[in-house]
Parts: sequence; C-alpha cells; structure tokens
Amino acid sequence: MSSELEAVIGLEIHVQLSTRTKMFCGCELSFGDEPNVHTCPVCLAHPGVLPVPNEEAIRYALKIGMALECEIAPRSIFHRKNYFYPDNPKAYQISQYDIPLAVDGRLGDIRIHRAHLEEDAAKMIHVGDSGRIHGSGASLVDFNRGGTPLVEVVTEPDLRSAAEAAEWARLLRETVRQLDVSDVNMEEGSLRVDANVSVRPSGSEELGTKTELKNMNSFRFLERGVEAELQRQRELIEAGGTVEQETLHFDPSDGTLTSLRSKEEAHDYRYFPEPDLVPLAPTEEMLREARESLPELPAARIERYEEQMGLEAEPAKFLASDPGLGGYFEEACRVAGAEVGPGGGGVEPRVVANWITGDLTATLRQRGDEEDFADPTVSAEDLAALVLMVTEKKISHGSGKAVLAALVVEGGDPAAIVEREGLAQISDAGELESIVAAAVEANPEAAEQIKAGNQKAIGAIVGAVMKETKGRADGGEVNRLILEQLGD
Amino acid sequence: MIDREQVLHVARLARLRLSDEDVERMAGELSGVLAHVDRIGELDLDGVEPTTHVVSLENVLRPDEPRPSWPKEAMLDRAPDPADGAFRVPSPQADAQ
Amino acid sequence: MSELLELTVAQAARGIANGEIAPDEYFEAWRMAAATDDLNAYLWRAEDGVGAEGPLAGVPVAVKDIFCTEGMPTTAGSRILEAYVPPYTSTAVRHLREAGAGVLGKTNMDEFAMGSSNENSAYGPVLNPWDRGRVPGGSSGGSAAVVAGGLAPCAIGTDTGGSIRQPASLCGIVGMKPTYGAISRYGMIAFASSLDQCGPLTRDVTDAALLLGAMEGRDPCDSTSVGIEGGVELPSREGLEGVRFAVPAELAHDAIEPGVRTVFEETLKTIERLGGEISEVPLPHAEHGISAYYVIAPAEASSNLARYDGVRYGMRVEGGGDLIEMYESTRAEGFGDEVKRRIMLGTYALSSGYYEAYYGRAQKVRTKIAADFDAAFAQFDFVVTPTSPSVAFKLGEKTDDPLAMYMNDFFTVPMPLAGIPAISIPAGLATPEGGGPRLPVGFQIAAPAFAEQRLLDAAYALEQGIGFDAKPGGDD
Repeated sequence: MSSELEAVIGLEIHVQLSTRTKMFCGCELSFGDEPNVHTCPVCLAHPGVLPVPNEEAIRYALKIGMALECEIAPRSIFHRKNYFYPDNPKAYQISQYDIPLAVDGRLGDIRIHRAHLEEDAAKMIHVGDSGRIHGSGASLVDFNRGGTPLVEVVTEPDLRSAAEAAEWARLLRETVRQLDVSDVNMEEGSLRVDANVSVRPSGSEELGTKTELKNMNSFRFLERGVEAELQRQRELIEAGGTVEQETLHFDPSDGTLTSLRSKEEAHDYRYFPEPDLVPLAPTEEMLREARESLPELPAARIERYEEQMGLEAEPAKFLASDPGLGGYFEEACRVAGAEVGPGGGGVEPRVVANWITGDLTATLRQRGDEEDFADPTVSAEDLAALVLMVTEKKISHGSGKAVLAALVVEGGDPAAIVEREGLAQISDAGELESIVAAAVEANPEAAEQIKAGNQKAIGAIVGAVMKETKGRADGGEVNRLILEQLGD
Repeated sequence: MIDREQVLHVARLARLRLSDEDVERMAGELSGVLAHVDRIGELDLDGVEPTTHVVSLENVLRPDEPRPSWPKEAMLDRAPDPADGAFRVPSPQADAQ
Repeated sequence: MSELLELTVAQAARGIANGEIAPDEYFEAWRMAAATDDLNAYLWRAEDGVGAEGPLAGVPVAVKDIFCTEGMPTTAGSRILEAYVPPYTSTAVRHLREAGAGVLGKTNMDEFAMGSSNENSAYGPVLNPWDRGRVPGGSSGGSAAVVAGGLAPCAIGTDTGGSIRQPASLCGIVGMKPTYGAISRYGMIAFASSLDQCGPLTRDVTDAALLLGAMEGRDPCDSTSVGIEGGVELPSREGLEGVRFAVPAELAHDAIEPGVRTVFEETLKTIERLGGEISEVPLPHAEHGISAYYVIAPAEASSNLARYDGVRYGMRVEGGGDLIEMYESTRAEGFGDEVKRRIMLGTYALSSGYYEAYYGRAQKVRTKIAADFDAAFAQFDFVVTPTSPSVAFKLGEKTDDPLAMYMNDFFTVPMPLAGIPAISIPAGLATPEGGGPRLPVGFQIAAPAFAEQRLLDAAYALEQGIGFDAKPGGDD
C-alpha cells in the first residue's frame, strides 16, 4: 500500500553568512562568546535606530544566488515581517517577501524556488524558574547572534525520498562551503535545514497537505526525521485519516515528532515594504564581481566528471565533493595521460579515480588522518606514475598496492621503490612458465578439479605462483598459463 | 464596520490588552475613521505604482567593517529584568515563530 | 539679560562671533528663562550650558523629546519610556552640537508624535502661550510653545503629517518641514518611517535656515538620508518679483475658519504687492491625503512601536503570567489611548485580507498626490495654503472625536506624503470661532523636493512683507 503514496519534499535552508559584521550594524559576528557582548543600540532595537545593510552580505548572497543558477532580481526590496518574540528585538524581522534577491534556480536536479536575504534571531535559553515570582519559568535572551546575515534558500518540492533530501542537502552544503560565504556547520547552526513534507498518490500532480519539520541539525537527523514523518503520514492516510498542516519538532534521541502548538491565533506577519531601507539594484559591476568569484561548483564538476571523463556517478560525486580532491584527481589524470602521449591510449580517468577512491582512500583512512589534498601525502605526479606502471603491466596490481602503501608511509619515487623491492613484473615468458608448471605439480588436487571443470579451484594454483613470485606475476597471464598447461 | 471580534483579533496581533469598555469604544472610533478612509476605495487607481519611498536612492550599503560593540553592562542596565548577563523574560507558553 | 532674549538666534550668533556676547552668558540667560516654564512645555531642562565653537556657539536649542540624547532622558511623551536614557545621541542633535549649540531642554510632545494638540502626552498637555485655555498644536507642541512663549530662542521638532508646521502656526512662529532625506532620521524615535522628518521651529525664517543648515546632511547611519546639495545659506531675498504661487483650486470649498481664510487671502494680496503672481492649480488628490495618511502612518507606527515590549529597556509590567501576558500588560499600561488607537488602526490596515484595500491603495494615493504636485511645480514655483484650517482650539475641544482631530492635518499631510518641503510662517491674527482674543494664523508654502533654498528665500521675502510682530500676551 505505502508504495503507492509518493513522497513530496521541499527544503528551506538557512545559511548564516560568514561576514565580519552583522547584517544591519557594525557589531562583530562571533560564535561561543559570553552572552550579549556583541550588541549595540541597533541590534537591540533601541528607539530611533536605523538599519544599514552590510555590502559584503549582499555580495555573498549574490554568489549563492548565482551558484544556484538563479535569476538575480534587477531591483529587490526588503520587507518587515512582524511578530512578537523575545528573540526578535524590533518585533519585526527584516526579510524579503515578494521581490527576493534571487529566484528560479536549480542545483543538480532540484529546482530552487527562491533565495533571499534576512537577519537571524537572537538565542533564547530556557532557565526554569530561577527565582521568578510569577509563572512557571523564564528564558534568557542573548543577542550576540541577533542580526547575523542569513540567506534563506527555498527549493521547489522536487525531492522524492528522505535519502534524496539528505543527499541533496549535502550537495547544497558543499556548494555553499566552496563559495566561502558560510561556515555551513549544522551543529553550530550556521546551516539549518527545515523540511516541508507531504505524500500523494503516485502519478498525482496535486500536492498533499504538508507539515514542516524543524530542528534536524545533521544530515542523518534530516533523513531520519523526514523518513519518520513520511511513515507517519502514510500510516495516517492508509488508516483513512488526513494530514493536518502543522510544524513538527524532531527529537533525534528517540526519533519522535512533536507538534509545536501553534500560537493562539493564526500567523499574520503583516508584511510591508521596509521604509528604512532603499531598494537593492545590483549593478553590472556587482554582478560581474560575483560571477567572476564563483569557483567551479560540485554540481558542475560532477557533471563534467561523468560526461567528459567517463566516471560512474559515485566516484564522480566523491571526487567532486572537495575542490582539493578534485584538483588532485585531475592533476593525476593529466600527468598519467600526458606521459603516454598521443596514440598511447593513455590512462582512463576512471582507472585513476579507482586508485584514489579505493586504495589511496582506504590506506589513508587506516592512518586515521584527515587528508588535505591541497597538500597530499602522495603527490599527484607519483600517483600518476604508479597508475601508469600498473596499466602498462610493468608491475602487477598487487605490487602497485604495495608501492602505494610504501609511498604513503615514506614517500619517495615509485619507480625507485619498485626497483628496491624487486617488484618489477616477471616479463620472461620461460621463467613464468616454469614457475607455473611447478605450482601445478605441487597442487594435484586443484589440477584435477580444474580439469573436471571447476574453474574456482584455479585460485589455489594462482596463489602459489604469486607467493613464489612475490606478486610480481601478471595475474591474467598466470591464469592463461595454468589453463594452457592443464591441456585446455 | 469593524466589530468587536475584529477589534479583539487585531488587539491580539498588536499585543494590546483592551478592557471591555476599550473594545466598545475602539470599535466605534475605528469604524468612524475607516468610514472616512474608505473613500480612497472609490478612486480609480488601476495601474498606479505604489509609493514606498519618496527618495530615489538605491544600494545604500555599509562596508563590512566591525566597530566596537556597546559595553554589555550599559545595555543590561537599561533592561527591566537583567539576569546572568542576559535579558530575562517570562517563558513563552507555546513555541512561536 | 533680557535684551539677550530679544535677539533672534542669527543676531545672537553674530554677537557671539563678534565677541560682543559671551556664549555662556547667553546660554545661561536662556536657561533661566526656561526655568520659568509654566506651560508644561519642558519635560527635562539642562543643568548647565555648553557652546564651544562654531556658527551656533552658545546657542541653546530646545529639543523635542523624540530625539535620543545620550545621558538625558528621552521619553517620546510616553509612559513606556518614562525612565529611559538612551545610550546614544541622534545625528540631528549631534550636528547641532558640532556647530556649537547646546541642548537647553527636552520638550513635551504628543506621545510618539501622534496628535495635533499635545493633549496626548503622558506628561500632561502643553498650554498655548497665547491663550492658556487652548492647545499649542502638535505633536511638536512643546517645541512651538517654548519658542512662542520666550522659553527658548529656537527649537527642533519632527513632522510626519504636520507636527512642526501646525503647532508653529497655532503658536505664531516659523516651522519648517524639509524634504524627506534632508536631515538624518537616525536617533529620532520613529513614528512613521517613510514620512518622519526633522525640522526647526524658530522665531523667523532666517533662524530656520540657520538650524536647517546645521542639521542637514547625508548620514551613513540613515540609508534614506541625502542632505541638501550645496547646503543652506541665510535668506536675503527682497520682494517676490516674478515668483509664481499657486493656490489649490479645491481650497475654495474646504472647511476653513472664516478668520483663517481672511488672513490667508490678505497674505495672497501681500504676495501680489511684493510682485509675486497668484494662480489656481488643481490638486485633485490632496483631499485624499488624510485618508492615505491615516492608513500609512498608523501602519508603519504599528510596526515601529512593536519594539516597546518590556524586554530590553523601558517599562515592563509582568502581568502575573507568561510572556504574552507580560507583553500585553506592558503595552496596555505603557501606551496612551491615541497610540493604542493608531496601533490598532495600523495593525488592521496591514492584516491579512485588508492590506490591498488599505495600505496598498494608500500608497497608490500617495503616488497620485506626488504626481499632482509634480504637475503643479511644472508651472509654478510654490503651492500655498493656510497651514491649519483653524486657529488654536480649546483644550479638550476635540479629544472625543478622533476624526475631527485628524482633520486638523488636512493642509499639512499632502507634503510629507509627497516628500516635499514646506514652511509655515505667521501671517496674522484671527478671532477664533466662538470669540476670544485674536490668535495667530500660519501661511504654508510648499516647494519641490530639495528646493529648500528657494523656499527659504521666498518665505523670508514674504515674512518681511507681512511684518508680523505680535507676541503672546501683547495688546493686539
């Protein structure tokens, strides 16, 4: 039954910009300082103060808008969103409403509805009773964070599973990280993801009633939260119920979803154009500057790796996730390809990719270090040389792994390691033939089984040859010789 | 024209507590003013651009340069209920926003 | 001492610059005068003088209590800011200080500048020095009363829908609302952000020019500030030869007190005598100014005044319960009736389902009003009207009828809606309806945006032609 209900998910992502100062005043941004040390009359909304926008925040927002392939509004304006809450000192948040900075973009396969600028709220900490005369408790407000520039990115409801939502959110984080406009740290709250979740009969074009999920401060929680909510909605509908529009809080400790009781009256934010701020009309120069500062972003890089370099989706994503890693991969490809030269066929990028995503990553991971591919343990040139030796059958794949292990530990020249360890492949056909013959003789049981048609038994004889040659034999060639000698 | 219920709804939005007497009086007064204001409903304003600013400025921005914040004590001294270096408020009953 | 008080600010400043007058002596003379306030015009008075150097060295300025002044209480006439002392100073006041002037005191006002009579102050009404049974106008009633009543040589105020010009008119002094953006709004407690503008209230046009020149300028703290290109010079024009004045054609049908109409018409004759030309011009949307104004201003105010929530400064009333009770109790006790009325009106006008009918339409009316002025200024130099439809009315006369009170702003709201400058100068005296001693009548001149210099020059020439020299308590 549940497979007939399709998931429809949209995300709203708040990105705290890593400018030096707040959105509308010159107070410094900080994280983890003692409360209320970064405040002034403006960000505490004293009487008579006025906001003045931070030009760097505008620049960062333009970069995000462009990276998400949005149209940049020629003239956007700020609005006031009115609501009372202690973390909202003016009792209105300066945000953008009907004319946001950026609209109609896309990242990967997911359409971006809009991206707009706004300011962050302050932080509230519930402190229980703390000696107050009345009521059941109190909260403390810390305005250090209040007024931090935010870009809110809203997707179209294009995501179709919890896993896809989490994976896309990772891509967005990586994209924003590479723009160098935010710390994008979910735990610290510099990247916050809310999800709008609904289900509908497969094939339907209509949207079901959605719920909004908040407080998923990791990608894992995002996936689990959305999954839990999808399941709840499916069960509800299958039992004949209807989904109610509400905001839900996900508790990662037990996986439960709690409805945040809506305030006693429906939200009515009474948006109107912010009279204290003039329109934002990005000049040609502002646009050009933002455009020119954009690096090649993960989505574009993945596409290039897949389409031009012939990589599978997984390694493409992996290698494109980090610009240092991507650069390393491309440099190794260039070196490996160039040395073979025209007509030599070169090394296929996917082979280089396999070495990086497989052996190199595994070896490095065993060492437990975070590898910085901008300053790698094994240089791209050395890796390329190694891959070339294997591809050209100068050494076996097994020897190649051994050389890589040595390179990771001690560095040096791969060719010299091959020389020193005597790993060069046995190229003398006569020598290899006699070693194979000896191995066949030493394993009569396996030989009989192979003759009887059990190809799996060949492993024992290959193993014996490899042991004898210390891995310097070409596996394919050994196989061929065994079968030949057994009269195939 | 604006009834008791509407007055109460608007008062809630504006976080103003009104006495019963206030509500009655407010309903009458607001209705009177709105009756006058409603005359703009008769104007033909199709295609007229709304004026949000009378100055024709754009892109008035500030460089991203920090300046010292105000002393925390000076700001907390002005607060009705400072506590633990922060501004204390009664707890919200329901989560908002 | 008393001769010092007879001088205009420009005269005193000249004397101080020449070394004929000691700046501290001048300031002290005014401090003594201010101490005799029996009009309830001051909410706070300076203990000592200032005045170092600059074109306004030693000049005491009475400052409407809506301007934030570090170290001095600033209440905006509201209970909710009763003990509030701002941690910073407004740009306008800072500029005055930089020119050498000092704050003489903070003047009473309608709460958050909402009112036309000064009866909406949480600290009691201000009395009109011409007749203590009457209002001084509002909302800058205190600033107008101290200048008219000899309690300050000059003052500053704010004008959102007439709050400088109308009290200037009712008190027989000069009041000017500059072009929106001429003077920084930073530190001026916001009422309606797209309309509010600071300006001078002075004895004569020359003093208005002097204060305007000191205060105008682009301010990095106010995104909407522009300043006045080329600054402001003291006016010296003689006569009005070839200057084209336009009277709104609709004025003939407008409800204007007969005495006020008479003074207005006499002033038009004075203009002609000085060589100016008088014509009629249609301003068909001006009559909708009140409607547009009483949507836009309350809407913006409802948002601007939401910050008074008992959290970070000012008054808090716990209310014995949760957060919402604290908010509602604080605001119920902290705000007066008129402020509540306008917050309600503005919240309603912005609320879901009503925005287009009210706020959206009002902004379009605003466009139409501005277009009417543009058309008028294409043909004429200035548009003139009476500043107020009546002379000062009696205390309590209009407090029970908000709409009647709002109609006081009939002639003054179109200019801030269009963002253009206007000045009110005293033009004569008229007997109020119902009789009594004659009271001042203001004449309003409006000019295109940023044409302050031309406006001041013309107002100066007309001022000389009118020769108004009546004073409160005079024989008349």
